[in-house]
Amino acid sequence: MSTRKTSEPFWWGLFSVGGVVAAFLVPVHLFIHGLAVPLGWIAFPHARMLALVGQPLVKVYLFVLIALPLYHWAHRFRFVLEDLGLHALRAPIAVGCYGSAVAGTVGTLWVLLRL
Amino acid sequence: MSAPPAPRPGLYYPKMPATWWLRRPAYLRFMLREVSSVFIAIFLAVLMVQVYRAGQGPEAYAAFLERLASPGWIAFHAVALGFALYHSVTWLKLTAVVQVVRLGEHQVPPRLVAAGAFAFWGILSLAILFAVLLRS
Repeated sequence: MSTRKTSEPFWWGLFSVGGVVAAFLVPVHLFIHGLAVPLGWIAFPHARMLALVGQPLVKVYLFVLIALPLYHWAHRFRFVLEDLGLHALRAPIAVGCYGSAVAGTVGTLWVLLRL
Repeated sequence: MSAPPAPRPGLYYPKMPATWWLRRPAYLRFMLREVSSVFIAIFLAVLMVQVYRAGQGPEAYAAFLERLASPGWIAFHAVALGFALYHSVTWLKLTAVVQVVRLGEHQVPPRLVAAGAFAFWGILSLAILFAVLLRS
């Protein structure tokens, strides 16, 4: 067993929290925003959307909903790639996956804060 | 999902064909569960763009919704919903196994913990759905 200190527990914690958020909140939002609204089952006019995302609490909610599951994806996708045999690329894969999640977090903050 | 240690000389890495996960239904289910995160992440990125487009004005928002109504995106979101549900079911089942809940001296049976998690998920989802429906 390796006794070296790694950042693994930190990323695993984010993975776990993101997994909980994704499990409880993503299916219903996927149904609403991915299917029901585009298909016209639920009306979601622009004025209402803008009024909603203008509220600080909704911004916090959207941040949690969007940003945290990205770390869940990063962790899983990283090990999917490794499990497919890309052991040699372990470091760049980890940097790429977690880096994308961090970039997504910054992007989400930027989108929400400028509204 | 345990991580192999960093590649160092002298460590053994089993040579597996890249298609090992097609060999058994359990392996395939594992891979589908892991891949569900990709569909969830894409949906969240789309949602982020949707919020961004809303900030650009009514026309940009309407144009974006129109694009989401195209058959390709509807098909994607239908598949993604299946994966999202699969993630929820597997995650909540696993949570009940990992999370030991005690009441005094007794451990609450994992099945009961799972039932509670599923009930909470259902109630929360319905509440969000009704909140959106009632105010639309």
